Amino acid sequence: MAPLLKVTKVSKHFGGFTALNGVSLEIAEGERFGLIGPNGSGKTTLINCIAGALRNESGQIVFQGREVSGLPAYQRTRLGIARSFQIPRPFHTMTVLENLLVPTAYVVHLKDTEGEAEAMAILKAMGLADKAHTPASQLSQVELRKLELARAMAARPRLLISDEAMAGLAGAEVDEVLRILFDLNEKGITIIMIEHIMQAVMRFSQRVVCLDAGAIICEGAPAAIVQDPNVQRAYLGA
Amino acid sequence: MKFWIAMGVLAAAAIGLALSPVNEYFFYAAYVVLTYVVLATAWNILGGYAGYVNFGTPAFFGIGAYAAVVLMRWLHAPLALQIAAAALMGGLLGFGVGMLTLRLRGIFFAIATVAVIFIMETLMINWRYVGGATGLQLIRPDVMAPFASYTRMLFVVMALMAIAAVAIARYIQDSWIGRGLRAVRDSEEAAEANGVPTLRLKLLACTVMGALMAAAGAPMPMYLSFIEPASTFNLSYTVGALGSAIIGGMSHWLGPIVGALLLGSLQQIITVTISGEVNVLVVGVLLVLFVVLAPQGLLGLFKRWLPFSR
Repeated sequence: MAPLLKVTKVSKHFGGFTALNGVSLEIAEGERFGLIGPNGSGKTTLINCIAGALRNESGQIVFQGREVSGLPAYQRTRLGIARSFQIPRPFHTMTVLENLLVPTAYVVHLKDTEGEAEAMAILKAMGLADKAHTPASQLSQVELRKLELARAMAARPRLLISDEAMAGLAGAEVDEVLRILFDLNEKGITIIMIEHIMQAVMRFSQRVVCLDAGAIICEGAPAAIVQDPNVQRAYLGA
Repeated sequence: MKFWIAMGVLAAAAIGLALSPVNEYFFYAAYVVLTYVVLATAWNILGGYAGYVNFGTPAFFGIGAYAAVVLMRWLHAPLALQIAAAALMGGLLGFGVGMLTLRLRGIFFAIATVAVIFIMETLMINWRYVGGATGLQLIRPDVMAPFASYTRMLFVVMALMAIAAVAIARYIQDSWIGRGLRAVRDSEEAAEANGVPTLRLKLLACTVMGALMAAAGAPMPMYLSFIEPASTFNLSYTVGALGSAIIGGMSHWLGPIVGALLLGSLQQIITVTISGEVNVLVVGVLLVLFVVLAPQGLLGLFKRWLPFSR
């Protein structure tokens, strides 16, 4: 079966700095995929290129058999690529529910009454239902992370990119977000998880890729990745 | 529905007033206040909903006024056609300014819009056909049937334009466009990632804003029987439009109306009773007070008693 997402030799430079240097990877439908790497290794740049916030300079990004590198971000979201942001970017003057009504209206093209029903169902599944009418500016850090995921879900994605959804969360909160991601995956959504919390990525992912200095240095099952000397060198600098 | 009844009543009231024997000066002053209602309402579509601060109000207002003058000299076009042409020119300029949002945000966008004023003013200063730097004396055509004077007619025209502007702003605010623009204001990256075609919405907001502002400028040459660049491209329009929206409240279409009626009337009263200079000072002080003490404007202050939320 053709992969859901196929990234081929994607490169991106910022001035003289090479953020991505010919990265290639394939992600299968329904996969739980982990993306790790030290700070500045290009993880977020890669997913920005996939989601359309940045344009790759060379290489191809093929989603469901369609080349998407030329498309603006909003069209990629409509095709089924949704993302959460590393630093939460809620629509802070709207309530939690209204936040979700943006993608239900603009991506799924639902009327407000249908959109609200769907949004409430998502919020309930995320444990945010009681906050539906709270302004997003009044949420706690965990709630903001959940809102990021909830809003991404409201776009009915086939591929969800979770960019450090657990950064700064405590143990029990990490478990809660992990459970949410597992649930989403069980519903058939492919998930790319970028995470610094190793224990979480290792528990979650079926396959992990490690980036360093804009290139893939290792790929494999979680257990094999942690044993890999290249990965250990990238992280520990030994 | 209630909205349309209210607007119909207001339109009828404006026409009734213009036919009544009320003092001529009232219409002379009210015309200016209504101009500010249009400018502030238009400004708020981009500034309030989408969060892009536009200092270029005089550029749009001025291009409208000059478009009207050109049509008048060239084709002796009637006022309705002048207004339509002005709106078209303003819309085009708005589209151009909208392209600026591709690269410029925040304060940088605001500064670029100031540059647009100077570009337009310089162009008009160097164009002899419309009077250049010295300006052009204009002769008013005969007044139309039911109205006793041209100023009374212009008052009605501006009242109808204000109603149209408010109806458009209200439609944008309540439709899917408004939600998209608010998403742009809160976070452009997140808006784009959630399916909002941010560039298209910004271009739409800029175009509508430009068209409305220019339409408001079109009757100005006839109102003054005169046009010249320095007063047409005056920065006081910037302050009036943005000040009205800030003082009234930017989150709802009602805000700019309240602000413009208040600020515009206050300015007219002070100009007559004290002086034109004090009037500028009062606007400045009011602006500072509201930005510091009531950033949500009058609507924010009286939120609790208003029938709608936000």
